[in-house]
Amino acid sequence: MEDIIPDKKLDIRGLHCPYTFVRSKLAIEAMNVGEVLEILLDFAEASNSIPKSMQDHGHKVLDVARINEKEWVILVRKDKD
Amino acid sequence: MEFTEEQIMRYSRHIILPEVGGKGQAKINSAKVFLIGAGGLGCPVGYFLTAAGVGKIAIVDDDNVELSNLQRQIAHNVNTIGMPKVDSVKATFNALNPDVEIVPLKLRLNCDNIMDLIKDYDVVVDGSDNFPTRYMVNDACVLLGKPLVSGAVLRFEGQVTTIIPGVGHCYRCLFEEMPPEGMVPSCQEAGVLGVLPGIIGGLQAMEVLKLIIGKGDLLKESLLLFDGLKMTFRKVKVPKNPDCPVCGKNPTITKLGEYAANYCSMVKSTPPLTTH
Ligand SMILES: [Zn+2]
Repeated sequence: MEDIIPDKKLDIRGLHCPYTFVRSKLAIEAMNVGEVLEILLDFAEASNSIPKSMQDHGHKVLDVARINEKEWVILVRKDKD
Repeated sequence: MEFTEEQIMRYSRHIILPEVGGKGQAKINSAKVFLIGAGGLGCPVGYFLTAAGVGKIAIVDDDNVELSNLQRQIAHNVNTIGMPKVDSVKATFNALNPDVEIVPLKLRLNCDNIMDLIKDYDVVVDGSDNFPTRYMVNDACVLLGKPLVSGAVLRFEGQVTTIIPGVGHCYRCLFEEMPPEGMVPSCQEAGVLGVLPGIIGGLQAMEVLKLIIGKGDLLKESLLLFDGLKMTFRKVKVPKNPDCPVCGKNPTITKLGEYAANYCSMVKSTPPLTTH
């Protein structure tokens, strides 16, 4: 997935539920359809729940990668306005 | 609009709903609602709309708080007995959410002031306790093209309907004329189980928020009837009446106070006819 360049980066390290998703959702709402959001987080549960909720909201999860012991990077493409 | 940190926290359970989101919450935060009555219905409607973060809520009522109100009018309390109801609810609402601009109007709505008072608001909510006001509010909203969420309660039963002028029915399509005096329950007959206005007011607040965010089905061509003893909800279709005197093809009521003069004098003099 190295070739995907995110249009926007969001750092939600230190946040927990529901703010992890609230922040991600607000960020993607402010983007255009087709653009990619990169989310950096350290709340383990959110590495599962954010991709699931993003899909439920009609977006495409491109990648979920654990980059170290306690951090994840999620790439989501906005598919629905 | 940009939310503050505090707003993101306060409204997070709204923002995560697909039907609301940040965009819907921003609409709620900039909406203006005009509430008629600070009684049984006005208290829960205003309370929930304040919690939801509606930008501006005007509330009109010319009564003072009495002990007998407290069995159902949940935004007042023992310390506000004797105070104007509108000031009592303003204190309660702002304690819940200081961001909401509450405009207390201690006055009686009448044919001369209603149009001017409601004209700058997005939605009108009727929680009034008498028929002359109910008909006047309907006519004013139809004439101005204002959405109106109407509610009523008596004993164990309540009803809710949403009037979108030009789209669905109005209150007069439903009940063309005010009931004759003998048909209206007297003060001693007009009991109400305290929780009932909470249920009906909650439904009214739900309609207001859906109107603001533009999602879901409104009660715009129907009347929802609730029976608390039987614990049933019934939704009945209400067709628009083409001969309706105010919203029909050839209306006879084109401004407040001509044909409708009967309620123009009544709203000034009559005591409440039903207990809300
Ligand atoms: Zn009508």
